[in-house]
Amino acid sequence: MPMAAIEIERLIKASIPEAEVIIRDLAGDGDHYAARVVSKSFEGLSRIKQHQAVYAALGGRVGGELHALQLETAVPQPENDQ
Amino acid sequence: MSDAQTRIADLVKSNDIVLFMKGTALFPQCGFSSRAVAILDRLGATYETVDVLQDPDIRQGIKEYSDWPTVPQLYVKGEFVGGSDIMMEMFENGELQQLLGAEA
Repeated sequence: MPMAAIEIERLIKASIPEAEVIIRDLAGDGDHYAARVVSKSFEGLSRIKQHQAVYAALGGRVGGELHALQLETAVPQPENDQ
Repeated sequence: MSDAQTRIADLVKSNDIVLFMKGTALFPQCGFSSRAVAILDRLGATYETVDVLQDPDIRQGIKEYSDWPTVPQLYVKGEFVGGSDIMMEMFENGELQQLLGAEA
């Protein structure tokens, strides 16, 4: 069953509270999303661990009911453009 | 360790660069696997592929092996590198060239 973008965002934020989450619906079918998750909690973690934290937040849905989640994670960068 | 985990460990250890994917390098069966193959080909890497669609035990087992829910998965010298998103990110910033270049 397709998942709403808002639900994905809610689940990620529930488990990574200070996360900034941007979801894009790639195909408009509720099944192919791209997510960018930025969180201070990722600091010092390998990329694999950062992605695993997001997968854990989604509680086993990725690869199952959520077929395709293109994922990008990052640590917030200090503002240097103003 | 279950039989599938042993077989996966053998595949990972006996191949310097191995991609677990859906389909084959010539005929990938999923956009993410296709992207992973395209990146490796672009880098001129010599690699083995394992088609998880041919083997339900491997298909399920590979998710547990690295606690990673999706395929493709790239392993270099026995180490899990990531899925296609991480491969793309590492390709774009030159890390993957470096990692694979050392194996060439």
